[in-house]
Amino acid sequence: MSASEALPRPQVCPACAIPQPEFHLPEAASPGQIVLSLPGVHCAACISTVENRLAREPGIRSARVNLSLKRVAVDAGPGITADHLVGVLAGVGYEAHELDPALLAETGGDKTGRDLLMRLAVSGFAMMNVMLLSVAVWSGAEDATRDMMHWISAMIALPVIVFAGQPFYRNAWSALKVGRLNMDVPISLAILLAGAMSLYETMMSGHHAYFDAALSLTFFLLGGRYLDYRTRASARSAAQELAALEVPRALRLVDGAEVLTPVATLGIGDHVVVRPGTRLPVDGEVISGESEIDRAFLTGESLPAYAGPGSRLNAGEINLTGQMVLSVTALSKDSSLRKMADLVALAETARNRYTSLADRAAAIYAPGVHLLAAIAFVVWVSISGDIRLSLNIAIAVLIITCPCALGLAVPAVTTMASGRLYRKGALLKSSTALERLAEADTIVFDKTGTLTLGVPKLDPLDDAAARHLDIAATLATHSSHPLARALVAGAGPFALADISDIREVPGYGMEGVLNGAPVRLGRASWVGADAPAKTATCLKIGDAAPVSFTFTDELRPGVDALIAAAARLGLETHLITGDTEAAAGDIAARVGIANVTASALPGDKVDYVSRLAAEGRRVLMIGDGLNDTGALAAAHVSISPASAIDAARVASDIVVLGRDFAVIGDAIVTARSARTRIKENFAIAAIYNMIAVPFALLGFATPLMAALAMSTSSITVTLNAFRVR
Amino acid sequence: MLTILIPVSLALGGLGLLAFFWALRRGQFDDPEGDAHRILRTDYDDVPKE
Repeated sequence: MSASEALPRPQVCPACAIPQPEFHLPEAASPGQIVLSLPGVHCAACISTVENRLAREPGIRSARVNLSLKRVAVDAGPGITADHLVGVLAGVGYEAHELDPALLAETGGDKTGRDLLMRLAVSGFAMMNVMLLSVAVWSGAEDATRDMMHWISAMIALPVIVFAGQPFYRNAWSALKVGRLNMDVPISLAILLAGAMSLYETMMSGHHAYFDAALSLTFFLLGGRYLDYRTRASARSAAQELAALEVPRALRLVDGAEVLTPVATLGIGDHVVVRPGTRLPVDGEVISGESEIDRAFLTGESLPAYAGPGSRLNAGEINLTGQMVLSVTALSKDSSLRKMADLVALAETARNRYTSLADRAAAIYAPGVHLLAAIAFVVWVSISGDIRLSLNIAIAVLIITCPCALGLAVPAVTTMASGRLYRKGALLKSSTALERLAEADTIVFDKTGTLTLGVPKLDPLDDAAARHLDIAATLATHSSHPLARALVAGAGPFALADISDIREVPGYGMEGVLNGAPVRLGRASWVGADAPAKTATCLKIGDAAPVSFTFTDELRPGVDALIAAAARLGLETHLITGDTEAAAGDIAARVGIANVTASALPGDKVDYVSRLAAEGRRVLMIGDGLNDTGALAAAHVSISPASAIDAARVASDIVVLGRDFAVIGDAIVTARSARTRIKENFAIAAIYNMIAVPFALLGFATPLMAALAMSTSSITVTLNAFRVR
Repeated sequence: MLTILIPVSLALGGLGLLAFFWALRRGQFDDPEGDAHRILRTDYDDVPKE
């Protein structure tokens, strides 16, 4: 309690833990502990470089890199900020991002994983010991010796069955409560019945006890469960990491001073300063200042829009040129965050309709196993009239058919495949994403930010423009507007023109004086030129006719490779964008997409995807903006780049971490190969059953047979998983 | 014979299990990939870590 009392809290009852606001400041969450994400670490040398560099920094007590999670945890003294450390690491060549420890705390402990690993270890220990004891029985121990072996086995096995099998019993019980059967029902039944029946047999000095079978069943299935959990947990923690990358904060104006404040604590009417080049933290109305706003994330438009006093702006838009003061119009939980939560809920319901291969197999399998065991019992009772013998045979059927290999069939493959994709830079967020990706037959692309990088690139210049390039570039060096930067970058080496009195007019452009004549570089309407169809900036010198510099959005690397892969794999490609006809047609022609829809509103995108789905197509949607979020959620499977807005990343199943999209083609190949392996694994498991079940039904099954069938089928299935490409 | 050997084998196995629990609690399974690489570092080859 002492730790929490030390924190400043609203004083209602100092003894109680009062719920804190939704967002903690990282500093407040755990003093001295800073967690940074390091996407670039991958080897022993990286660990040394990062840890040694941080250790040399004054005020840092310790730093430890976790390579599995690609993070570094720093125990820092007071006064050390995450921003400072990001700069220090950039100095040794590592990209670092601040993570919100409060958000990470949920995954940090990883209690479920440790719990599963503990149960796995206990059941593995018990299985090996009981197997060794069983060897004596299999090789012919009789009478008192056999009974003793059985009793010792029982003493080891029964507590372990109760402890280690709990995950299965819980799942089975929750399925039975709502009147459904899942894979865990036959598993739990087999384990519990085998334990109980073997105990009875031991008491009656019987010949066969299935303690070893019950334990190896528990062990192998827990192994599958653990693999499955690891895959999901790493995907989930990476997804949370993406969300944690953006610790939402705003510059609040308090009595004329700027204070860095968590967005969650802002109220309606608070004044917030928005610097050029930053994303708006909240929805608000402009009070003072003029600027241009990049709305590409929200609408897909690549041309910036003007914003001045009275303009209403949304969170997520990017302020380009001028500093503005906003009055907050919606609390963060009512604005974009709220929208995001709604979209997530939407996405979840859409996804829940999908039944995975494993679930479909369980739906056929679980009732079949129970039916078979029940029939064996009834038939044997009616033939022999011996209930004990019939029960033994029914349990043998349950154990031998029990899905050891089926339990491993899917997790072993998905672990292999998602590990492979992670190394290539594609992050699976959903456990069924691979299967759904394998089924995709149509790709729908968004344009801005997806096919293109959303970074303008200067077009080849005409004569007039080339002559005045020096002047335009000189003006442009004084601005941080993306078009100005692109102009300077595209101009190459140039001579500085002798322009005086250069100043930026926010929202319009740059102006100055050259040889006594005014020069202006900026919006077409501002310099008095006709607005060109393309993204452009115009230069006017004195009274001469304006010259325009046009820009093209730069294509994302790997798009060509992806489109080629799609054609090879038989996927149809579509482009749908909120941008103009001309811009969309241009890009589509460059990459070779035939089906183009331009000027689409967010709702149109959802309709488009739904219409394709209604035609029986399985759509893979690739998008990055808020306007794509609905379509991403509505699609059969969806992918977004890491640069996407958080809502889009949340709504999509797979996040591509790098800039290069070629990995998506590889991901589709891997997904299809994984689906094939899963089906093969089901076939292997079925073949083992087909061979073993007749023996069990006829009453010839022995514990040794059960042990052999179980181990070999599990090992075959795991080995087959390694063949995923 | 068996009265000695069976308890001994169980005790040894149990010891292994306890060692595993200890390792689990100490967080030795938190970063398997990093630990695999750490052994290859040359940092403390000549001088032990202080």
